[in-house]
Amino acid sequence: MASLKDLRVRINSVKQTRKITSAMKLVAASKLKRAQEQAEAARPFAEKMTALLANVGGAMAGQPGLSPLLVGTGKDDVHLLVVATGDRGLCGAFNSSIIRGTRRRIAELRSQGKEVKLLTIGRKARDLLRRDYGDLMVEHVDGVVGKRRLEFADSKLIADKILDLFEQGAFDVATLVFNQFKSAVTQVLTFKALIPVELPVVEEQSEAAEPQAIYEFEPGEEAILNELLPRNIGVQIFRALLENAASEQGARMVAMDNATRNAGDMINSLSLRYNRQRQAQITKELIEIISGAEAV
Amino acid sequence: MAENKVILELVSPERVLASEEVDMVTLPGAEGEFGVLPEHAPLVALLNPGIITTFEGTTPKKRIFVAGGFAEVNERGCIVLAEAAEPLEEIDRASAERALADARDDLADTKDAGETERQRLETAVKVAETRLEVLDNPSH
Repeated sequence: MASLKDLRVRINSVKQTRKITSAMKLVAASKLKRAQEQAEAARPFAEKMTALLANVGGAMAGQPGLSPLLVGTGKDDVHLLVVATGDRGLCGAFNSSIIRGTRRRIAELRSQGKEVKLLTIGRKARDLLRRDYGDLMVEHVDGVVGKRRLEFADSKLIADKILDLFEQGAFDVATLVFNQFKSAVTQVLTFKALIPVELPVVEEQSEAAEPQAIYEFEPGEEAILNELLPRNIGVQIFRALLENAASEQGARMVAMDNATRNAGDMINSLSLRYNRQRQAQITKELIEIISGAEAV
Repeated sequence: MAENKVILELVSPERVLASEEVDMVTLPGAEGEFGVLPEHAPLVALLNPGIITTFEGTTPKKRIFVAGGFAEVNERGCIVLAEAAEPLEEIDRASAERALADARDDLADTKDAGETERQRLETAVKVAETRLEVLDNPSH
């Protein structure tokens, strides 16, 4: 049985841990708020970009000689998975759910006889995938997701890297893996096709409500499309990183809240044991004194 | 849309920069500057780095620098998707000069870089140059 001193030491150490976890929870809550605001501020641009792309892409559909970014290379032998996670742990299942999904996807693609390559964003993605799939990694992007504020310029650099690889013919299909933010407690693991791009289907009813205008293009459709497609990739990545950032903070907040509660429970049960033992000791000492006095 | 007004929406990846009704807006199109008045024909245009000017009546009201992007004009108004944008008053001359020098250095340093990399840096220089230019010549 643990001595009184051992118990005291343990209670103190759990108390220290609880202080840390509750501080981390508060920090995550305030960061979550900021990340959420940023994600919301970025939404209009991404939505309008997608709408514009659907417009232009729709106008061009079926024409020969379209950019491979839109229609693909005609093959799907080599898949590039762009895996985005956080830089840090202690955030519940946030990183591990992304990694688990990635592993599953890799196994799936391999069983279909496809070749897989990985591009990782965030330290956790690299660290957790390196042991099993180190030979598949083509690039790692560091120092982007840990920032206080995500910047679009960083996402653009990642997009440029992907485009360079694509131009060199390193892969045929690119998919982005990230956690979509639903609420502080729910994140949805999402696979999003980057290349070839996924055009949103224009809904029937909206078309009926307001007939699609015939656009003029300046310069031509093709020139605009060729500018639009590479930029769209940057925008999609930026959006994914923002969603990821909000998800990470949400997951951390929940994980730290649970940890704080568990620490509290543990302190209670340890204190109970400590007090009982202390009482037993006092009783024992009293008996010793009394029986000693009686013997005299 | 209100009677005879253009709704201008200017968004960058990071935030919405403007969303307002104006009488006219001029945009730096890739094939020359163009103005958008109410009931303009639907148009999708590529933008060069330059200045977006909004007009109230015939007097210029706001000048905003954009580093290139896209403009979509439809029956609802004018939507500008800008890579980066800032009001002219907020550009700091010293930092604009520094950005230009940096961009030029980067371009000079990367002689053996790939084609796309070089193109990217050339664009960066052009953006920085224009940013400084419009500062010197606001009526542009």
